[in-house]
Amino acid sequence: MPDDPRKPAAQTEANWQLGKVHRKVDAMERMRGITRYTDDLKLPGMLHAKIVRSPHAHAKIVSIDPSRALAMPGVFGVVTGKDFPIPYGIIPWTPDENALALDKALFVGDGVAAVAAIDEDTAIEAARAIDIVWEKLPAFFDPEAALAAPPELQINPYSKHANLSKEVLLEFGDVEQGIADAALVVEGEYFFEGTTHAAIEPHCAVAHVEPNGLLTVWSATQVSHYLHRELAKVLELPAHRIRVIQPPLGGAFGGKSEPFDLEFVVAKLAMMTKRPVKLLYTREEVFYAHRGRHPMRMRYRTGFTEDGRILAMDAKTTIDGGAYSSFGLVTTYYSGQLAVSPYAMGAYRFHSTRAYTNKPACGPKRGHGSVQPRFATEVQLDKAAVALGIDPIELRRRNDLGADAQTKNDFRIGSNGFLECLRRVELSSGWRERRATLPYGHGLGIAGSTYICGTNYPIYPNAMPQAAVQICLDRSGRARIFSGANDIGQGSNTMLAVIVSEELGLPLDDIRVLSADSDLTPVDLGAYSSRITLMVGNACLDGAKKLRKKVVGAVAKRWSVPEHRIVLAQRMAIDRENPDQHVSSAQAFVWAEEDHGLLGEVGSYNTPKDRHGDYRGATIGASPAYSFTSHVAEVSVDPETGVVEVGTIWVAHDCGRALSRKVVEGQMEGSAYMGFAEAIMEQHIVDPAHGGVHTGPSLLDYRIPTFLDTPELISLIVEAPDDRGPYGAKEAGEGPLHPSIPAIANAIYDAVGVRIDTLPFSPPKVLRAIRARAGAEAKGELAPHKGAR
Amino acid sequence: MLRLPEFELAVPESIDDAVRLLAQPGARVVAGGTDILPNLKHRLDHPPLLVSLARLTALRTIVRDDAAGVLRIGAGVTLTELAEHEDVRTHFPSLAHAAGHVASPLIRNMGTLGGNVNLDTRCRYVNQTEFWRSAIGGCLKSEGDVCHVVPGGRNCVAAMSSDCVPVLIGQDAIIVLQGPDGRRELPLGAYYSADGIRHTVRGDAELTVELRVPLPRTPRRSSYSKWSVRKSIDFPLVSVALRFDLDAEGADAKVEAMRVVVGVLGARPREVTRLEDLHGLTLRDPAFAKGVADRVYQQCKPLENVPYEAPYRREMLRVHTRRAIEALVAGG
Repeated sequence: MPDDPRKPAAQTEANWQLGKVHRKVDAMERMRGITRYTDDLKLPGMLHAKIVRSPHAHAKIVSIDPSRALAMPGVFGVVTGKDFPIPYGIIPWTPDENALALDKALFVGDGVAAVAAIDEDTAIEAARAIDIVWEKLPAFFDPEAALAAPPELQINPYSKHANLSKEVLLEFGDVEQGIADAALVVEGEYFFEGTTHAAIEPHCAVAHVEPNGLLTVWSATQVSHYLHRELAKVLELPAHRIRVIQPPLGGAFGGKSEPFDLEFVVAKLAMMTKRPVKLLYTREEVFYAHRGRHPMRMRYRTGFTEDGRILAMDAKTTIDGGAYSSFGLVTTYYSGQLAVSPYAMGAYRFHSTRAYTNKPACGPKRGHGSVQPRFATEVQLDKAAVALGIDPIELRRRNDLGADAQTKNDFRIGSNGFLECLRRVELSSGWRERRATLPYGHGLGIAGSTYICGTNYPIYPNAMPQAAVQICLDRSGRARIFSGANDIGQGSNTMLAVIVSEELGLPLDDIRVLSADSDLTPVDLGAYSSRITLMVGNACLDGAKKLRKKVVGAVAKRWSVPEHRIVLAQRMAIDRENPDQHVSSAQAFVWAEEDHGLLGEVGSYNTPKDRHGDYRGATIGASPAYSFTSHVAEVSVDPETGVVEVGTIWVAHDCGRALSRKVVEGQMEGSAYMGFAEAIMEQHIVDPAHGGVHTGPSLLDYRIPTFLDTPELISLIVEAPDDRGPYGAKEAGEGPLHPSIPAIANAIYDAVGVRIDTLPFSPPKVLRAIRARAGAEAKGELAPHKGAR
Repeated sequence: MLRLPEFELAVPESIDDAVRLLAQPGARVVAGGTDILPNLKHRLDHPPLLVSLARLTALRTIVRDDAAGVLRIGAGVTLTELAEHEDVRTHFPSLAHAAGHVASPLIRNMGTLGGNVNLDTRCRYVNQTEFWRSAIGGCLKSEGDVCHVVPGGRNCVAAMSSDCVPVLIGQDAIIVLQGPDGRRELPLGAYYSADGIRHTVRGDAELTVELRVPLPRTPRRSSYSKWSVRKSIDFPLVSVALRFDLDAEGADAKVEAMRVVVGVLGARPREVTRLEDLHGLTLRDPAFAKGVADRVYQQCKPLENVPYEAPYRREMLRVHTRRAIEALVAGG
C-alpha cells in the first residue's frame, strides 16, 4: 500500500519503465495454473525414487540389505551412501555431508538409501523393504551440551574440532572501556527459536542421461551453478557433461540454496538405470532438509551515554547448527558482522560459536544470520530508550551512521536512507500522538535494520565476474535475455526485463527472459544474499547499454541527427526534437543489424574491492551496497490470555531505487509477514523426550499464519539511490524482514510492560510474563504500566 | 508426496446398499474425505474397501419438522451448507458458528456433518506419518503399545476434536444410525466413549444418517467458543459449547436450565455437571458467568495430547467460558 504516488519526474521519457508497476513476466502463467514446475516434468520411461531415512537421531549403520527391495517387480535400482563417498558442502571449506549417510545417520530424517521404481507406490513399498540394522549412539539436541561432550561423541565425522562447527571472535575498539564509561549498560539474554522456510513447492529433482552421456538435472534449486559444481564433484563427472536446469520455482526463501540428497540420488539412479528418474520430497522431508534459521542464544551488553549514544556493544552468541555445516561458516560471521550497521558505535565485539547437534541442519533463511542478532540489538536499544527516557525513534536517530560512512567493523556504507525510513514510519503510524495515548494492552514498537546487496566475494574464490548476462535483439523487434540467475518468485526475471525495456524501448511483452539453464545461459552464482538486483542488474544494464548504443547510432545515422536526439521508448525510436520522426523498434533493430551484424551483447559485473577492512573475516558481510529498513508494529495484547494480535506493520524500506514498484512492495509485505510469523508462532523444534523427532513436520502442526491472522502491511518505499546499484537500486528481498520481530517485541512492551526475550511470543509465555509483572506491581516493586491510562 | 494405500471404492446408490457394503470386514465410510484420506495417507488404517456416500442424496437435506418439533439434518450435509442454512442460523446459531469455524472454507465445502460427528480422535503422537511414528515406536492407537501422553497409561486418550459435537450434545441432539438390523436412535451424548481407539458406540456396519435436534421451546441463548493458534485451518485447542434456557427473553432473564459441553480433552466430550445451584441466577449476573466458568475449570483437565501446555489450555477454558457468557449478555 504505497502512500506516495510516483513523482512526475519519474515519468519522463528517459524513465519510461523505471519505478512503474509491472505485471511479473511469469504472472499470467502462474495465475492460470499452466506454469510447469519441476514435478510437472514427465519423461518417457521415467522412474520414481524414494529415500529411506533414519528413524534415529544418531545411529551407526551396521548393515543395509536391499535384496528384498531389489527382488520386487518394478524396482530398478538401489543406492546407498557407499555410492557417494565424496563429501560435499556449499562452502568449499566445510564439505561435511554425503548424499546419503555413509557410516552413520546424524538426525531423525537423515537420508540413508534410495530406490528407483516404476512408480511412486512401488518405490514406497521397496523403500520399506530395505533392511537396515542400526546401532544407536548418544544424541545431542542442545548446542552447549554438544560442545561439552567428550571427543569420542563427535556428531559429524568430518568435523575437525569435535562438535565445534565454527567459532569467531572479533573486537573493534575497546569494548570493556566503552562499557566502563557508559552511563547505562543494558544486559540481556535472548533466544531465537529455529524456524523453517515453508515454501509451498517441496523440493523436486529429475535426472536424465542422454545416450551421448550428457546428464541433465532439473531441480527446484536457487543455486543452479553451485549444484552443477557439486554434482560434478560427487558424481566424478566433468562439468561439461552435466546440464542443470531450474524450472519455475514455487518459493525458496533460502531453503533451496545448496545441493540436497535428492539431486545426487536422481542423478546416480539415472546413470545406473539408464532411465529418467524423479524424486519429489514429501512435506515431511522438506522439514528434514530444512537449512532454516539457526536457533541462537545471544547474550548482549550494550553501553550507552546519558543521551543515548552507543559506546559499546558486546555480543556472545551460541548457534545451534544441526548435523551439517551448510552455510554455517558464513552464518557464524553474519551473526556478528551484520549487527553493527545502521548504527555508529564506539566499540564492538562479537564472539559466536556454532555447534553441531543431532537435528536437521540449519542454514540460510531470508535475512541469513542477521535476523536473530537484529532481534537482540533492537530490543537492547528499546530497553535503553525506556531506561534513559528517550523516545526510541529519537534514540535510533542519534546513533544513525549516515551515508558514505564506515561501520565500526570497517564496512563502507554508500547511500543510506535510514533516517528517512524512521521518518516515514513515524509519520504514517501516527507514532507521536498515538503512542502517548494508547491505553493499556495496546502498543507501538519500532525497530531498524540494514542488509547486504550481495556478498562482495563469491563462495568459491575466483576473479571472474560475479554476474553476467547475454542479450540478443532480432529483426522482429524482440529482445531475448539469457541469464544464469535463479528467479525464485522474487521477480528477478522481471527485473531484467524492466532494465532491457528501459534501455531498448521495448514493452515487457516483447522481451523473453531465459534463465538458469547451464547449457543456454551464462554462469550466475544464484539467488542468495539479495545479490541479483544489484549484481545481475548491473550486468544486464552493461549489456543493454552496449546494444542501445548500436541501435541509437544506426537510427541517428539514417536520420542524420546527433545520437542524443534519439529516444527508445514505447516500442519505437523517436526523434526527441521532432517526435513526428519515429520508426518501430523492429525497424530500428533492422538498421542496427545492417550496420553491425547479429545484435548480441554480453554484460558482466564484478564487485568493488574497497568496501571493507583487511582483518581476517573482513570480507564476510561486506557488500557493494546496503539497504535500510524500519518498522513500526502496532499490537494489542490480551492480558487475560496472553494472545498478541499484530494489527498493522508499517514497513519503510530504502531499496535505493524501486525498478518495479509492485514487486518491491510485494517483497516488503512478504518479508514483514515472514518475520511476523516467526515472532508470533513458528517453531522448528525436535522433541528430546522422544528421540529427537521433529515436533510436527507438517503444515498443520508447523503453524504459519493464515490470511486471517496476518496484520495490515503498509509498504513505504524509500529511495536513496546508491552509485553502485543499477539506476541506484539496492535489494528489497530480505532486508524488510529484519525489524518485524523486534518491532513486535517492543510493541508488546509498550502495550503491557513485559519483555519477551525468547521467540516465539506465544500466549502462554506472554501470559506468564504479564502475571509476573502483575505480581511485582502488587508488591509495589513496579509502578502500574500505563497506570494513568 | 504422501500416497494413499490401495483400496477398493464402492459408490452405492442407496443407504441400504451402503450398509450392506459396510458389513464387509474393515470397510470404511468416505463422505467428504477430509478426515479419512489424510489418515490413510498417514497409514493409520488400511481398509480394503471405502464406501462412498457421494450418491446418497437422501442424506443431504435439512428439514424443519414443526410437528415433531425437531430439525432433521442429514449426515451428508456439508459443513458449509450447515453453517449457511437459514433454520440452523435461526434456531441453532451456535451450531452454525461451530460448523462455520471448522478448518477452512475448502474443507467445509467437502466435509460433512456426519464426518464431523464421527471425526476420528486426534493426538500429536498419532496424526503423523508412518515414518515419524516408527521413530517413536508407535503408541496404543497406532503400531505400539505405550501411551506417550499419559506415561504408563493403558487407555488411549486421543482427543475428540470435532467443533460440532459439543454444540450438538448441548442442544440434546439425537443421532440416527442405520445398520443391518435397521435404524436406531440415541442421544449424541451417549454415542461417545472414553476410548481413543474406538470412541463411539457405532457398530461396524452402521451408518450415521441423521442428526435430529429438538427445536427450542423456551427462550434460549447458546454459544460455541473455539480457540486455536490460528484463526483458520486449525483444530480447536479450547472448545466449549454453552446452552442456557431462560424464563424470558433478554439477559436479565433467569436461567432455568443449562448444558455445558467441553471438547478436546480426552476421547469423549465432557458434560460439565453440578450446575444446578446456578439455576435462578440471571444471565447478566457476574456470579453466574463466574460460577459456570469455575465449574468448567474444576471439571475439565486438558491433556498433552494436542499442542500447547495443558495447564494453559485449562485456564483458557475458564476465560473463554466467562467471555462467551459475557458476549451473550452483550448480545441481549
